[in-house]
Amino acid sequence: MRDVAVLGVGQTKFGELWDRSFREIGIEAGLQALVDAKLSSSDLDGLYLGNMASGSLIDQEHIAPLILDYAGLARRHLPGVRVEGGGASGSLALHQGYLAVASGVYDYVVVGGAEKLTDVPDEQATAITGATADHEWEAVFGATLPALWALVARRHMHLYGTTREQLAQVAVHDHQMGSKNPNAHFRNKLTLEQVLGAGPIAEPLGMLDCAPFSDGAAAVVLGPLETAREHTDTPIRIAASEVACDTMALQHRAELTRLNGTVAAARAAFARARRSPRDVGVAEIHDAYTISALVSLEDLGFVEKGRAGPEFATGQFSGGGSLTVNPSGGLKAQGRPFGAVGVAQVAEIVRQLRGDAKDRQVPHPTLGLAHDVGGTGATSVVHLLERAN
Amino acid sequence: MEAGIVSYGAYVPRYRITPAEIGRVWGSDGEAMGQGLNVHRKSVPSPDEDTITISTEALRTALVRGAIDPQQIGAIYVGSESHPYAVKPTATVVAQAVGATPNLTAADFEFACKAGTAAIQTCLGLVGAQMIRYGVAIGTDTSQGAPGDALEYSASAGGAAFVVGRDHVISKVHHTVSYTTDTPDFWRREGQRYPSHSGRFTGEPAYFRHVTECAHRIMEAAGTEPKDYRHVVFHQPNGKFPQRVGKQLGFSDAQMKYGLVTPYIGNTYSGAALLGLANVLDHAAPGERVLVVGYGSGAGSDAFDLETTDELARYDRSFGRPVQWYLDHGVELSYAVYAKYRGKIHMGEA
Amino acid sequence: MSIARFWRETPRRYNLGGSKCTNCGTVYFPPRLVCPECPAHRQSIEKMVPFQLSGDGEVLSYTVVHEPAEGFEMQVPYVLALVKTREGPVLTGQVVDVTPDEVSIGLKVHATFRKLREEGRAGVIHYGYKFAPSEDPEPAAPPRGPAAAVRTEEIGARDRAPA
Repeated sequence: MRDVAVLGVGQTKFGELWDRSFREIGIEAGLQALVDAKLSSSDLDGLYLGNMASGSLIDQEHIAPLILDYAGLARRHLPGVRVEGGGASGSLALHQGYLAVASGVYDYVVVGGAEKLTDVPDEQATAITGATADHEWEAVFGATLPALWALVARRHMHLYGTTREQLAQVAVHDHQMGSKNPNAHFRNKLTLEQVLGAGPIAEPLGMLDCAPFSDGAAAVVLGPLETAREHTDTPIRIAASEVACDTMALQHRAELTRLNGTVAAARAAFARARRSPRDVGVAEIHDAYTISALVSLEDLGFVEKGRAGPEFATGQFSGGGSLTVNPSGGLKAQGRPFGAVGVAQVAEIVRQLRGDAKDRQVPHPTLGLAHDVGGTGATSVVHLLERAN
Repeated sequence: MEAGIVSYGAYVPRYRITPAEIGRVWGSDGEAMGQGLNVHRKSVPSPDEDTITISTEALRTALVRGAIDPQQIGAIYVGSESHPYAVKPTATVVAQAVGATPNLTAADFEFACKAGTAAIQTCLGLVGAQMIRYGVAIGTDTSQGAPGDALEYSASAGGAAFVVGRDHVISKVHHTVSYTTDTPDFWRREGQRYPSHSGRFTGEPAYFRHVTECAHRIMEAAGTEPKDYRHVVFHQPNGKFPQRVGKQLGFSDAQMKYGLVTPYIGNTYSGAALLGLANVLDHAAPGERVLVVGYGSGAGSDAFDLETTDELARYDRSFGRPVQWYLDHGVELSYAVYAKYRGKIHMGEA
Repeated sequence: MSIARFWRETPRRYNLGGSKCTNCGTVYFPPRLVCPECPAHRQSIEKMVPFQLSGDGEVLSYTVVHEPAEGFEMQVPYVLALVKTREGPVLTGQVVDVTPDEVSIGLKVHATFRKLREEGRAGVIHYGYKFAPSEDPEPAAPPRGPAAAVRTEEIGARDRAPA
């Protein structure tokens, strides 16, 4: 196996992109990444495209060749592969691209993630995204994704004394961060009172505890680290790319408040990179719901189990500490175009490690982490990235 | 051993609405309407309840109480005028939900408010002829009155299930008699949402004539008089008709006490007389004679001359809720929520 | 939803039919073909037998849902819970016949039979389990009588006219 580097990143604005189609946003992100990597499309060996539910959302399956075609690459007959893992589809695609380059079979691949959620009404989007949990034994009985995460939240509050205010603090943090991100779906800041006073979705979670349905696309270009300097002065090495699955349904977890897939993926990633959570200076974690951010902080190893609420509330993850979380604004503020999320997380970590993150730059991080979750934790993906010397 | 009742169970949904609340919306004196009808509140099903779920709950209670193996059930008949499907039986879902499938016969009955008693008669025949071991007769409705119509003050939801068998009979059935004519007092045409009725014509030529004639005929057949019965149960479209017909026939308030449940839960249609009978059996001791006279519009009456046995003392009535619990409990709804729950609000394209 | 897809699960959805591993004794709902608990999974293959749950359990966690799943619009807000059954498996289901403030972690419940959803006004109706509190609340209304004050549910109380 050889080392793999991220050579370029691209990303559309996230949000309600009413005038832009799925193929348009997919192409825009991909081309940006190629330009950033100083590669031309003739250098490419393939495309991995993360997407959760294009068939349900835009009535279009078979989207990898669609994107290749509209990128002008139909006559090059490149391999294109769509990868699906619920909300973790993007980082799962990245894992596939990483394996392909690491194996030496391909040299340069584009990994994209794209989702178009606003072409269906919200109720339909709720149903479609709810199918990333166990449809037959959860959704059929009245469960939605926020409802399932609310069950986790209630249990976490019960076991560890986590408070409603501590949950709300995550949203306040994310919007503070997102306010500096020009690509963010939401750039408004929130007060604790606003989060607590928002209408309920699934108690204890309110409207502002939940990430929005967004449109958006992101892309990265991967290549072998050994030739990376031909393309960029600041190649970013993928120090680990780990995927771990868990039970499909929340009801089958031995512990409701632990994402065992995340625990497994994080452990494997730190072991592979020979690093520890203490070495991470910047992290993009799964904050689709305020509770999922707290549980993720614990299960990634950043804080002790049950302690995320009070630890997060100290503000230590909001800049100035040894670890800054979700500088992009996370899923909550930057937005949640499901299949694009994992790729966008990695793109943000790359910008941070390169020192390209402008207003929201975290000072001198050397190791970054991206954490993506599908459903209620049936799929967890952890990437560790570092500046290559 | 003759065919008789071996077990029973009842179920009434949780919600209630008062005549005063209904009257408030339609500009009527609902309080006075309720007093006139002797209906103080009526039950309302949740949006996730219907004749199938109510029947299933009632039958599950009956099967546990009687320790009856559902695989020994040979027939399930569900009487109702509010079957959730016009075509596709209520009884098959109920049979599947209690674990009685596949070796049984099943069908839905409809005879306005007396479809449940007709089902009991059918089961008595099958069990008496030893064609089946247990027959299940259920009377359940989630009946609707048109908004603002007099029926809206009483039409409610609930049901009871009776298991007919030959072993461990808790109530013998000495006689059953019916009285049937073509009398158009109340009907619902195919595709119509709410039933129609012929106003005061539903009284004398319909309810009173059929109940009275049928009661006379069964007492004649049984050689009994009103004083021979410890309890009497009439069909009860409201709380007033059964009291009046009972008095005319020579029954006392004490005899009618347990058989009259409509004042507290409204008219459960096919469930009404059966819930009255269930309440009587909840309170009865062995050796008590019970007269039941049902009525269904269209029109007909089924009467039963019953007598509880010593087996009733050994029968476990503690499982599930007694009818009295449902009479005493309930969560009151506003008319607005009631209208939402009963599908009376136009929801646009669905 | 496809009719056959729902129909084939009715033994589970109507009657809580799960499975039990005769190798290690663990009970599963919905039924499984392979036992995740057995150290060598292959040992359990063909040793999984049908096992019916009693329907009794207690609330492990719950939420009050205001933005409903498809088909649950008429019941908003509704209580959704994880129920730990007496036999072990945890089930996801609604808790009905309660007001949300009556639900707490540890509440004893039992399975009840309700409509899950309808395929529109003309389509089939799907039925299955939900849960209801096992213990009766204190009598909410004085027994009988026209003046009986039946408990008024909050949802209905808001739009009532002043008395």
